[in-house]
Amino acid sequence: MTEQAIKLKVKDLNFYYGNFLALKKVNLDIPAGKVTAFIGPSGCGKSTLLRTFNRMFELYPGMRAEGEILLDNQNILAKSVDVNMLRASVGMVFQKPTPFPMSIYDNITFGVKLYENLSRSEMDDRVEWALRKAALWNEVKDKLKQSGNSLSGGQQQRLCIARGVATRPEVLLLDEPTSALDPISTAHIEELIHELKQDYTIAIVTHNMQQAARVSDYTAYMYLGELMEFGATDDIFTAPKRKETEDYITGKFG
Amino acid sequence: MEKLSNSANPKRQMMLDSLFRVTTRFFAFLVLALLVGILISLVIGAMPSIRHFGWGFLTSTEWDPVSENFGAVVPIFGTLVTSFIALLIGVPVSFGIAIFLTEICPPLLKRPLGIAVELLAGIPSIIYGMWGLFVFAPLFGDHVQPWVMENLGEWPLIGFLFQGAPMGIGIFTAGLILAIMVIPFIASVMRDVFEVVPPMLKESAYGLGGTTWEVVRNVVLPYTKTGVIGGIMLGLGRALGETMAVTFVIGNSTNLSTSLFDAGNSIASALANEFAEATGEFHMAALIELGLILFFITFVVLSCSKLLLLQLKKQEGRNS
Repeated sequence: MTEQAIKLKVKDLNFYYGNFLALKKVNLDIPAGKVTAFIGPSGCGKSTLLRTFNRMFELYPGMRAEGEILLDNQNILAKSVDVNMLRASVGMVFQKPTPFPMSIYDNITFGVKLYENLSRSEMDDRVEWALRKAALWNEVKDKLKQSGNSLSGGQQQRLCIARGVATRPEVLLLDEPTSALDPISTAHIEELIHELKQDYTIAIVTHNMQQAARVSDYTAYMYLGELMEFGATDDIFTAPKRKETEDYITGKFG
Repeated sequence: MEKLSNSANPKRQMMLDSLFRVTTRFFAFLVLALLVGILISLVIGAMPSIRHFGWGFLTSTEWDPVSENFGAVVPIFGTLVTSFIALLIGVPVSFGIAIFLTEICPPLLKRPLGIAVELLAGIPSIIYGMWGLFVFAPLFGDHVQPWVMENLGEWPLIGFLFQGAPMGIGIFTAGLILAIMVIPFIASVMRDVFEVVPPMLKESAYGLGGTTWEVVRNVVLPYTKTGVIGGIMLGLGRALGETMAVTFVIGNSTNLSTSLFDAGNSIASALANEFAEATGEFHMAALIELGLILFFITFVVLSCSKLLLLQLKKQEGRNS
C-alpha cells in the first residue's frame, strides 16, 4: 500500500449538515488507477464523503466541509479552486440514470463542449470513444439522434457513464450506480468498472457487499460518520481487523 | 361471493355512483356550453356590424362614432403591440426572477421574495392603471421619453418608433404597465416548474462542470419547456385581455400611429370606454365585433402555443 501512487488524500475531514456532524475526522488515501469501494449501513456518510470529492454539497445551503482533500496534492476544498474545473476532472454517476432531455449524442457532448473546442469530426470521434468505453456504442450507434430517455434503464446508466468519461476526468465517482438496475444491467456495469479502472481512479459507494467484493481493490467500511476500517478488499472481507467490520460483513448487523 | 355482495345496499351504491358520474359529466360539459353560448351571443350581437362593414372592418383604420363608420385596425394593432411589448420585457425579467429564486437565492430570502412576487399578482389592475397614469407616466414623460427620443429617434430603421410628443402615456407605457402585470404570473409559473426538475438531474449537469447558466440553459429549460411556454401563454392571455390598466395609460386615441410613444387604443379599452355611449345603429355592434375579434385572437394564440409544443416534442425525438 505504501508504494501506491495516491490520487485523493483525505485529511481530517469533518462535514456538517447545519449543526449535525456527518463525517468525523475522516482520513483516507485513495490510490490511483484502482477501484475503492465505500460500504456501510444507510446514513453512515459514505455518499456524503463521495460528494465532497467534487464539492457537490456546495449546491445546498447549510452544508460545509472542514479539513483537506488533496487531489494530486492540491487541496480541492480551498476557495481558490475553480469548482467547475474540479467537477470537470472528477466525474460522477448517480443512483438513478439521469439522461439530459436531449439526444444521445448531445448528452455526451454536453460536458465536452463546456471545456473543449472540438471540430465536428473530433466530436464525433469523442462520442464514439466514450460510448465504446461505456460498452454502449453497438446498441446506440444507429440512433444517436434519439432522445436519451428512449433507452432502457441499464442503457441510460451506461449513457451517464459515457457522459462522465467523455470529458476525460481523472477520477470517477459512482454513487450506488446499480441500485436501480436489474441483475443483467448490473453485471454490465460491473464489467465496465473493471475496464475503466485502467484509465481512471474510481470511487464507488454501494449497498451491495458482494458487489464491493467483486469490483473493488480497496474497501472502506464506514459507520456513523466515521471511517472504521480501510484496506485491501481481500483483507477486509476475509480478515477484518475490527469486530464491527466483521459483524457488518457477515450480516450480523446492518 | 358472499363477500362481494355484503355491502348494505348494492343497488343504492350503484345509483349513487352513476349519479356522481352524471353530475361530473354535466359540469364538464357546462364549460363547453358556456363557451359556445358566449361565442354565439357575440356573433348575434355583432351581426349588424358584420353585415354592414364586411371584411372592410378588419382593414379600415376609421373609427368615427358620429358618422357611424367603424374599422378595427387601430384597436387590434394596439392590443397586439402592447401585448408584444409586455412579453418582450416581461419574459426575460420573469425568467431572471425564477432562476434567481430556484437556483441562486439564499434560503433566507427565498420566501419573502416569493411572497412579494405573488403579492404583485394580487394587486387589482385598476391600481396599476392609476399608478401608471398618475405616478409613472409623468416621470416617464418628463425624464425618460425626451432622452430616448433625442438619442434613438434619429436612428435609421427604428427611429420612427420613438417619435411624437413626450406625453408619458401611449402604447409603450401601456406595454410597460402590462409587463409589470404579467411578470408575477410568468415568474411564479416558471419558478414552480423549475422547482420540479429532479435535483439529481441538475447535479449531474453541475457534476460535469457546468456553470449555473449552462445548467439552466441546457438542462433545466429543455426539461421544463412545456411549463415555461404555458406560463408565457398565461401572461400573454392576461396581457391581451387586460382592460382597466391599459385604458388608463394607452391614451385612447383612434388614430393609427407608428410611434410607440403616441397614444393608441386596444380592443379591451375601446370596449370599456365606449360601451356606455354606444347608441348609434352600428356602434354597439361594432364594439361587440371587436370583442369577437379579441376572442378569436386569444384562441389563435392558444392554438399556436399548442402547435409549438407539439413541434418541440417531435424535435426531441421519440420517447418510449
